Amino acid sequence: MNIRIGSGAGFSGDRLEPALHLAEKGNLDYLVLECLAERTIALAQKRKKQDPTLGYDPLLEKRMRLLLPAISRNNVRLITNMGAANPISGAEKVMDIAKELGISVKVAAVTGDDVLNVLDTTVSAMETGRPLNESGPIVSANTYLGADAILPALQTDADIIITGRVADPSLFLAPMMYHFGWSFEDVDLLARGTVIGHLLECGGQLSGGYFADPGKKEVADLANLGFPFADVQADGSAIFSKLTGTGGAINLMTAKEQLLYEVVNPHQYVTPDIIADFTSVKLREIAPDTLEITDGKGMKRPESLKVSVGYEAGFLGEGEISYAGTNAVARAELAGQIVRERLQDQFEEMRIDYIGVSSTHRVSYHRQDEPYEVRLRVAAKAKRAEEATRIGEEVEALYTNGPAGGGGARKYVSEVLGIVSSFIPRDEIEMKITVKEHKAE
Amino acid sequence: MKKLYELAHSRAGDKGNILMLSLIPYEEKDYERLREKVTADAVKEHLAGIVDGEIIRYEVPNIAAFQFVCQNALLGGVTTSLGMDTHGKSLSAALLEMEIDM
Repeated sequence: MNIRIGSGAGFSGDRLEPALHLAEKGNLDYLVLECLAERTIALAQKRKKQDPTLGYDPLLEKRMRLLLPAISRNNVRLITNMGAANPISGAEKVMDIAKELGISVKVAAVTGDDVLNVLDTTVSAMETGRPLNESGPIVSANTYLGADAILPALQTDADIIITGRVADPSLFLAPMMYHFGWSFEDVDLLARGTVIGHLLECGGQLSGGYFADPGKKEVADLANLGFPFADVQADGSAIFSKLTGTGGAINLMTAKEQLLYEVVNPHQYVTPDIIADFTSVKLREIAPDTLEITDGKGMKRPESLKVSVGYEAGFLGEGEISYAGTNAVARAELAGQIVRERLQDQFEEMRIDYIGVSSTHRVSYHRQDEPYEVRLRVAAKAKRAEEATRIGEEVEALYTNGPAGGGGARKYVSEVLGIVSSFIPRDEIEMKITVKEHKAE
Repeated sequence: MKKLYELAHSRAGDKGNILMLSLIPYEEKDYERLREKVTADAVKEHLAGIVDGEIIRYEVPNIAAFQFVCQNALLGGVTTSLGMDTHGKSLSAALLEMEIDM
C-alpha cells in the first residue's frame, strides 16, 4: 500500500489556500506544512521571551482554523514545524481552536531541538571559525532534529504533530518510515524518502512556482498554482502530481530546478537521517503534470547534529528616494554621495545602491541606455535602533537638502538577527513528546 | 556567441554566505557542450563582481545538469547582508547572462 503525502506550505509566509484545497480534494494520508526558515526561530524565541505562551508561528492560528475541519473530516494527519520556539504552546493553541470549532483532535508536540541551555557557546562557529558567543548576544540555539523525533509522535495516533526545528525533509521522511517500517539501516530507502521530501519541502516550487519566465518558460494559470503531492511506494519510488484544475506545472524542468535547490553537494546531501546521493536518482515524466522518481542511494546518518544559533546583530537602517526623467542617474548618484558624506563618520559600513541600474546583482551585465527612473537606496547597520534611523532620516532630508526632483522617500528600521552554526553530539539531545487531546461532545 | 539564457535555465539557493546556482540545459544534448564551456573558472570570471570566494562545479549527469557552489557570495549571508537581494535569489539570472561560443 502506498501513501500520499501533500505539501501545504513551503515557508512561513506561504499562501494558505493550496493546503486547504489539498486537504479537501487531495485524498491525502498526510499533509506537511514546512514553515520555519533559519532565522524564523530566532525571531520566535524573542517573542517567547516577551510572552511565554507565544513563540510558535504567527500564522499557526490562521492555518489551523482553516485546515482543521477538512483534515478532521478526511482523516488527514498533519505534520508541521509551526511550533517554532514553542511547540507546546502551539499545540495548546490548536486545542483552543478545536474546542471553539467543536472538533475532536489529538495533538502531539515534539520538543528537544532547543539546546540554548546546554550548548557550549565557546565552540567555534562553522561560518567564522571563532567562538559562537563572539558573534553577538545569543538569543536562540536549535538543533536540527530528524525523523526519529517524529516517529514516536506518529505512534501516538495524533492527528496533528507539531515540532520546532526539524530538518525539512525529515518532516516527510517520518511518515514514510512509520508507514513502511523502514529503519535507519535501510540507507537507500531513507535516501529515496529524503529526496522525495526535499522535492516537496518548498511547496509550489516543485509545481511551477518560482519558475515562469514569459516567452521562455511558460506556466499555465500561475495565479491558481496548485501544490504538489507524492504517492510513495514501499521501495522508495514515488509519483508526483497536483490536483486537476489547478495551475502550475510538474515536469522534468521544474523537478530538476527543485532537486538542486539549496544543495551544497549533490553527492552528499546531509540530513540528521541520512547522507543522500542526489546523482543516483532517476526522474521520468509519465503523463502531463505527473513525474516519477526512482532509484537513489544513501550512506548512514551523521553522528553529530547541526545547531543553528541566532544572535543579536544590531539594527538595519534603510532609506530610499526616486529620481526620474533626463539626468535621473546623475541626480541619484549625487544624492548618494551627499548622504555618504553626511553620515560616513557615524557608520562602519554603508551600502549605496541604485535600484533600476544595479542594485539586485550589485553589478549590471547590460550596457543600457539611461533608465527613465532610478531609486537611490542607502543601507547601514548600527548597534542601536536610534542610530539606525539616521539613515532613513538623512535620505528623507534629501527632499530639501539634495538634488532636484527627488520623490517618494521611504525609511525603514528593522532588527537584525544573525545566524551562525555548529554541531552537537546526538547523545546530548533529549527528544520528548507531549500529547494533548480534545474530545468534542 | 550565445547567452546561457538561450540554452539553459537556473535556480539560485543559499546557505549562509554560500550561493548555489544550478544550470540546466533545455536540451539534454547541450550538456556536453556546456560541460566543456561553462567551467568553474569561466563562471568565476563571469561572476567576478559578485562572488569573492572559490567556485566548485558539480556535474549531475543523471539529470543532465550542473551545480555551481560559490563561497563568499552573499555579502555575509542573508541574515546580516546590507544588499537588496539578501538571499541572492535573483543571481540565477546573473549566471544566465554569461556568453559562450557555440
